[in-house]
Amino acid sequence: MQRFPCPFCGLRDEREFHFVGELGKTRPDTSGPVSDEDWAHYLHMHRNEKGCVREVWMHTTCAELFAMERDSVTMEVLGTTQLRKDAS
Amino acid sequence: MTRHAGAAIDASRKLRFTFDGRAYEGVAGDTLASALLANGVRIVGRSFKYHRPRGLWGAWVDKPNAIMEVSLKGSELPNCLATTTTLEDGMEARAVNAWPNARRDIKGGLDLFSRFLTAGFYYKTFIWPDWHLFEPSIRKMAGLGSVSLEHLDDYITDQSHDQCDLLVIGGGPAGLAAARESAEAGRDVVLVDDQELIGGSAYQAPDIEEQYPEDWVTSQRAAIETAGGRILSRTTAYGVYDHQLVALIETRAFGQTPRLTRMRARHALLATGAIDRPVTLPGNDTPGVMSLTAAREYFHRYGVLAGGCAALISNQTDAQTALAPLQAAGLEIQALDPADPDLKIAGARQTTGVTLRDRHIPADLVLTSAGRTPMVHLWRHAGGKLTWSDPLQAFLPDNQLGWMQAIGAANGTFDTDTTLAEARARATGATPPADQPEPIQPLWPRPGAKGRQWIDFQHDVTLKDVELAARENYASVEHLKRYTTLGMASDQGKTSNMAGLAAMATLQGKEIPQVGTTTFRPPFVPVPLAAWAGQHQRQLYHPVKRLALEPQHRDAQAALCEYGGWLRPGWYGAGEADTRIAHEARTARATAGLLDGSPLGKIEVMGPDATAFVNFMFYNTMATLKPGQIRYGFLLTEGGIVYDDGVVSCLGENHFLISCSSSHVDGVRGMLETWRQDGNDPDQIFVHDLTMHWATLTVTGPQARDIVETLGLEADLSSDALPHMRFATSTWNETPMRIARVSFSGDLSFELSLRSSMAPALWDHLMGETKKIGGTLLGIEAMSVLRAEKGYIMVGKDTDGETMPHDLGFTIPRAKKTAPFVGDRSLHTETANDPHRKQLVGLTVPDGAPPLATGAHVVSDAPRRSLGYVTSSYLSPNLDRPVALGLVENGAARLGEEVTIWHDETLSKATITAPCAFDPEGDRLHA
Repeated sequence: MQRFPCPFCGLRDEREFHFVGELGKTRPDTSGPVSDEDWAHYLHMHRNEKGCVREVWMHTTCAELFAMERDSVTMEVLGTTQLRKDAS
Repeated sequence: MTRHAGAAIDASRKLRFTFDGRAYEGVAGDTLASALLANGVRIVGRSFKYHRPRGLWGAWVDKPNAIMEVSLKGSELPNCLATTTTLEDGMEARAVNAWPNARRDIKGGLDLFSRFLTAGFYYKTFIWPDWHLFEPSIRKMAGLGSVSLEHLDDYITDQSHDQCDLLVIGGGPAGLAAARESAEAGRDVVLVDDQELIGGSAYQAPDIEEQYPEDWVTSQRAAIETAGGRILSRTTAYGVYDHQLVALIETRAFGQTPRLTRMRARHALLATGAIDRPVTLPGNDTPGVMSLTAAREYFHRYGVLAGGCAALISNQTDAQTALAPLQAAGLEIQALDPADPDLKIAGARQTTGVTLRDRHIPADLVLTSAGRTPMVHLWRHAGGKLTWSDPLQAFLPDNQLGWMQAIGAANGTFDTDTTLAEARARATGATPPADQPEPIQPLWPRPGAKGRQWIDFQHDVTLKDVELAARENYASVEHLKRYTTLGMASDQGKTSNMAGLAAMATLQGKEIPQVGTTTFRPPFVPVPLAAWAGQHQRQLYHPVKRLALEPQHRDAQAALCEYGGWLRPGWYGAGEADTRIAHEARTARATAGLLDGSPLGKIEVMGPDATAFVNFMFYNTMATLKPGQIRYGFLLTEGGIVYDDGVVSCLGENHFLISCSSSHVDGVRGMLETWRQDGNDPDQIFVHDLTMHWATLTVTGPQARDIVETLGLEADLSSDALPHMRFATSTWNETPMRIARVSFSGDLSFELSLRSSMAPALWDHLMGETKKIGGTLLGIEAMSVLRAEKGYIMVGKDTDGETMPHDLGFTIPRAKKTAPFVGDRSLHTETANDPHRKQLVGLTVPDGAPPLATGAHVVSDAPRRSLGYVTSSYLSPNLDRPVALGLVENGAARLGEEVTIWHDETLSKATITAPCAFDPEGDRLHA
C-alpha cells in the first residue's frame, strides 16, 4: 500500500486519494469545431510512461487537487505540489 | 518415549491430544509435529495427488505435507500445518486429504495409476466433450481440509498500523545481534520472529559467544528490551508491499483470531535464515526421510530424537559435526557419498534404510540435505534482485535495495561468528567484512535417472514430470510451474522450487541462474482471509449513512433498507411488503404522501464565476436561470454519458443549489471540485456540500398544499406565486426553510428543507397533518412506483454506461447549446449519431399479462438478437396494470410497435409506448 504526501494535509494512505489524470492535458476549446481525432486524443490517449510520470490527484478527504511526480516503476513519490498558483 | 532436554519444552507439563482418532501425549512447548514424532508416528499426511504416505521433512514452515484439520473446544480450523501449530491440551487433529486416516488412506490406490497421472494429465484428458462434465467430481477429490460451514460470528481479527526505524525480520542469532546493536545505538527497533520461543537456529549450536544458547538468547532479548526495542514473537512477516510496508501476522492461542499489523519500516534487516533442500533420489518421499536441520531442531528445541539409526546423505561439509550432539544422545549415523548415483531410499510406509547397488544399509531415519536455500522471499517481494553464488549453489540477495539488507543465513552467511559480525556491522550502517564461504559440492537432480524421484512433495511432482514438461516445451520456469503445478501447493515451493529449476536447467544444458526463479509472491505462509478482512465486514464493510429521522421512521414501523448508501425507509407498517407499497402509492395519489428526502444531494455553488461554471458542468443551459427558478438537467462525463441527473435551483445571482441523486453526491462533488480546481480559477468559485446539514421532507399529492399551509409560512404557496419548478425561502419556527416546487411523483409536490436538527419537529407536524386528511407515509419503494408511472428515470437503473441525454429524449441542448459543457463534443461522434442507439421507452403488456421481468430482453424475431432490455417494471396500483421502462434500439421511432420479450427461456409480447403512462398532460403536476 502506498502513501502520498498531500501538499495540504501531509502524508496519507493511498486509500484517501483518487487519480484524476495525467498532468498537462489541455481540453480542446469546444466553443469552436474540434476534430474527431483531436477529441479522441484528448479523451483516450494517455502517455502512460514508464518511469517518471506527472499526474493530477485528488486527496478526497480535503478535496484538494494537486500535482504529483512519481516513478511508475519503483512507485517512489518524487514530490507533490499544489495545483493552484501561489498567492504572490 | 523419554524426552531429552529441549529449549522450547517443559517436559513436566503433559498435554493430551488425538491424531486420526488415536490418543497421544505431548508436552508443553511441543508443536503437533514434534509431539507426533515423539510418539513414534511416522505417517503424518498424504500427498495431494497420489495420496502417498508422507512423514515429517521439516520442523517449521518448510514442511509440505503435515496438513491437518484441528479442533479444540468448539473451534475447528482446516489446513493447520502440524509443524507450526502449537500443541494445546485436548486438541483433536486429523490429516487432510486422507480417508479414513493418514495411515490407511483408501485413495492410496491412486498411486498405482501414477504413470497415467503425469503432468498435464488434466489438460490432456478432460478436454472432450467438456471440462464442466468432469469438474464437479474432480473438485470433490481435490483440495485439502474442509471449511466448517458454521459461521463464526466472533472470528474477527484486529488490524493495526505501526512504524519503526528498523524492522529486524527473524529472531535467530543474526537478528538478535543486529536488533541489540541498533537498539543500543538508540534506534527505534522492532524484531519479529515467527516462533513463540525466539532464537531461530541458536539452539542447534553448542554455544554462542561462550554462552549456552538459551542464556545467549535471553541476554540479547533483555538487552534489546532494556534499550527500548520491541520484540514480537509468533509474528511472521509474510509480505512486503509498496512504500516499505511490511505485513505482519501474529498467531495466538488455537481458535483465537490472528492479528494483522501493517508495519512501515524505514529500514529492514532480513534475518530469515535458510532451509535445507531435499536430495532428489528414488524414494525420497518415504516417511523417515528428514532434513538435516529438522532433525537438529526436533532434538534441540523439542527434545525429540527422530530415530535410532540414521543414514546421512548430504553435501554439507559440516554435517557430521552438526549432528554430534544427536550422536551423543544415541543416534547412530552412517554417512554416505551423496554423489553416488545408485543411492535409493528403501521402504514403503516407513523407510527401512538405503540401498546402494546390492548393498542395503539399514536405517529408520534418512537425513538429507542438498545444500541450504536462503529464505529470500521478502527480499523479492520488496523488488530486490538475486545473484547466484557458485560456492553456495544458491541465490542470494544482491543487497542493492537500500532500505533492506539481508544478514546471516538469508544472506548466505552460515558461520555463526561471521554472522554476528555481519549483523552488527549492518545494524550500524557499516559494511561487513567480506565472507569467504566454504564451497559445497553441487548436488542437483539428475534427469534421466531411474525410479520415481520427488521434487514437489505436496503436489507430487516428480523429476519425470519436469522432464515431460521440458519435452513438451514448457521450458520456462513459469510455464513449468503452471504445467506441473510444481511450487503451487500451500508451501509455495519452499522445498521444491530449487530442485525443479535446477532439473530444468540441466535438461536445457543451461546454468541455474540462466533459467532463473519463479516470482516470489506474498504471503510467505498461508494467512487466513479473515486477517485481511479485519473489521471490514457486515455493517462495517461499507457503513450506511443514517438519517436524522431514523428514530421517527423506526417508530412508524419503517422497513429500513439500504438505498444508495443510505439506510432509508423502503415502506412503512407491518404486513406484506407489496400490499404496503401499493397502499402507499395509491394513497399518495389520492390524498397525500410524506417522504423523507433528506439524502437528496444539496451542493451549493457560489462565487463570481458560479454561473458560467454551473452552465459548463450541466448539459442543459443553466446560465439563463433567474433567482427563484429551478431547472432539471444532466451531468455528463467527458465521454458524453449521463453521469447523474438532478435539479438546479438558482438561489440568487451566482448562487446555485445542485440537487443531485442521493447516491451520487460524493461523485458529483468530486466532479465539481475537479473541474473547479483544474480548468477554472478556483478562487472565483466555491463548492459546498451541505447534504448532511439540511433535512428535506417532501409532501406530495393532490392535497399537499393543504398540508404545507398548516405550517403557517409567510411564503405564498399558490400555484401563481410558486408554480412548478420554482423556489422560495421562508422561515418556520425561526428557522430558515427552503421550499422547492419539484416533483418526482408527478403530483403537486413541495420539498421542504431545513437544518437537520429541526427535522423531527417538522416531521411530527407534517405527519400529523398528513394522517389527519387520510394521507400516508411514503417509502422509497412506493416513490419508485410513482416515478415509473410518470416515466421519470433513475440514473444507473434506467440508463447504462452508453446512455446519452438525447437517448432519453433531451435533444435540445445537444442541438442548440453553444457554450462549452462537459461531454459536449462526445455527443457528436459517429457513435453518438448512430440511428440504432438504445432509447428510453415505455413498455405495456397485453391485458391480463403479468409485469415484465426487470432485465428481460426485447428481441428481434429473425435473426434473434437483443434490441434492448427492461430497466424498471412495476404493477402500477394507480393504473391497475403493469408499467415498465426500457432501453430499446431506436425506441423513440417505434411507438406503438409490438415487440417480443425474452426472459428465462420464454417469449412474450409487449407494446412500445411513450415512457410516461400516468397523467401525460401534466395537469396534476402543475396543480
